[in-house]
Amino acid sequence: MLIDAILSGLTLGGMYALIAMGLTLQYGVARILNLAYGEVVIAASFAAYLLITATGIGPLAGLLLIVPASFALSWGIYRLLLLPLVRRARNRGTLEVDSILATFGLLFVVQGLLLIVFGGNYTSYSYLNTAVEVLGTTVSANRLVVLATALILGVGFYLALMRTRTGTALRAVAVDPVAAALVAIDVRWAAGLAFALGGALAATGGVLVSMMLTFSATIGVVFTMKALIVVIMGGVGNVLGALIAGLILGLAESFVATFGDPGLTLAATYALFLAILLFKPEGLFGRAGR
Amino acid sequence: MTRSLAGRAITLACCILSALAALAAPARAQETTVKIGYAIAKTGPNAPGAGVTTLPNYQLWVKTVNDAGGLNVGGKRMKIEVVEYDDRSQSEETVRAVERLATQDKVDFILPPWGTANNLAVGPLFHRYGYPQLAGTSVTDRAADLAKRWPNSYWLLGTGGEYAEALASLLDKLRGEGKIGDKVAMASIADGFGIELASAGRAALTKHGFKLVYDETYPLGTQDLAPIVSKAKAASPDVFIAFSYPPDTIGISAQAQLIGFNPKVFYAGVGVAFPLYKERFKGAAEGVMSLGGIHAGNEAVKVYIARHKEATGREPDRWASLVTYASLQALQQAIEKAGSIDKAAVSKELSSGTFDTILGKFAFDKTTRKIPGFFTVGQWQNGEFVGLVPGDAPGAAQPVLPKPEWPKAN
Repeated sequence: MLIDAILSGLTLGGMYALIAMGLTLQYGVARILNLAYGEVVIAASFAAYLLITATGIGPLAGLLLIVPASFALSWGIYRLLLLPLVRRARNRGTLEVDSILATFGLLFVVQGLLLIVFGGNYTSYSYLNTAVEVLGTTVSANRLVVLATALILGVGFYLALMRTRTGTALRAVAVDPVAAALVAIDVRWAAGLAFALGGALAATGGVLVSMMLTFSATIGVVFTMKALIVVIMGGVGNVLGALIAGLILGLAESFVATFGDPGLTLAATYALFLAILLFKPEGLFGRAGR
Repeated sequence: MTRSLAGRAITLACCILSALAALAAPARAQETTVKIGYAIAKTGPNAPGAGVTTLPNYQLWVKTVNDAGGLNVGGKRMKIEVVEYDDRSQSEETVRAVERLATQDKVDFILPPWGTANNLAVGPLFHRYGYPQLAGTSVTDRAADLAKRWPNSYWLLGTGGEYAEALASLLDKLRGEGKIGDKVAMASIADGFGIELASAGRAALTKHGFKLVYDETYPLGTQDLAPIVSKAKAASPDVFIAFSYPPDTIGISAQAQLIGFNPKVFYAGVGVAFPLYKERFKGAAEGVMSLGGIHAGNEAVKVYIARHKEATGREPDRWASLVTYASLQALQQAIEKAGSIDKAAVSKELSSGTFDTILGKFAFDKTTRKIPGFFTVGQWQNGEFVGLVPGDAPGAAQPVLPKPEWPKAN
């Protein structure tokens, strides 16, 4: 039972983390609170569904196609839609408000397109739903793939941000865009890169969770909400923080469902969220970890 | 001076033209068409449910009627003109749109919105403006009260208690035949429909002397169903019941398949009767039970399924879709029998008449205002979701027990 709960929590948490890591980059570095984030996730899920049903290409291979496409699209969205907002924003506050409004509109545009193309139906397909024995309990292979991807991407992005020149530039922009510009960092380029990377991560999450969840064109906001909780818990802009916060959230839900009552999982999530906001409002790894 | 004069002339001309156009359009429309309006969720969280069960049937029905030349009203052919609003899955918006349909669009008939809560919300409006309300996607234990309060309302899917009792008595019969024991595990979603069915289910199962070895609820939007299925499996029940919504119905089934949870009866909630379930699980769906079911051999049902697929690109679900479509056929026949589009005359026909539909010939139940006798428990058998209960209904199949073990997942 204990191992069941731990494994189930880790895989669920891996999913939360995977979904949240892109948002933390977009919000932390590019300072865009992207309300259309969940829609990007769902669009990628539909793209994966389309690939496997129309051409038989599995979602894992499909990543090679969908993730770069999402990167390019997000880059385009940043340059065309969001850069004008960045230019006219007098300070961070106005940029956040403006970007919330703009991406709120974007949410409906993306959702509307998905509804037109795919309709409002529930969509689900089966891929890698094979049983894998881990420590004497059974887990589905697709959940393990999600967990592994989350761990790899979380640690990978953390190392890239800490160890590479580009990563350092991104962190500098996250901390202080004005000072970053003073040391010859192209702030808009860095912010655009962070936004596009966030889009690519969102697509990765979308493709992978489509293997195990039933989704529909209108479910995106659920992912945005969950991701936002994880982002704030982990510390805005902190990829490793998002990974750990996601895993903690998943474990908490799983333990409550296994040893308590499944009806209390939501309460547990929000209690945890509230506790962190009360005692560490900047998130588990706010500031320091950057 | 001349310039402003010319400006005035143009303005005046425009006014006249637009007034003329406004006059001309409804005059032409009123003579030959019946205006039918509805507010439905095309976006938001209700959109998938409405998109599976309600909207395609409205579209199919309108297409069928119009392709045949229109409704036959007193010897005159009248085509249907549709006024459609998206309620964005908000009941306030549904109420506003229905009010607008009644007072501004002045439509002749209003088709009901999707879901129990929305139909409860618009009930007073339908009643006030005298429109018959054929709620094809509402399960409520207050059906009889509501029908009394709003005499033109029809609660076609019946009460949660009926589904629970139908299931419990089927299980009772199977236990009597020695096919199952009396251990039942039950999981349910903590949301309107799930709560109503779970409380009715608890009562019915206890009444029939079953032991609930597992009984827990989970919140809407739960994404990890593994702990629930594992705990249910650990209780090693004879019967597993989940009063669930489509995403968790699929999640629970997939998890049960994964960990090889094979109770003799596996019953899950909304979504099992969807074509999506068969596409998703293919042969593994075999033996799974749920609400609904069809008379698979019936010619009218077969034609309906084929036409639904042709017109909307998808097969209908095997529960409320048929009920919804049958209610539209009843509405059509009531209009044609009344020979007028007068709401009072049509309502009178609806309450007293007998209708020939894809669910057979029926008159609406006088107290709960449901369509009597349609299937409340069904099972996937040989790739079709067939009806089991009521067992004496035409086309009722015998339950296949124990449910075949889940095949290995791919």
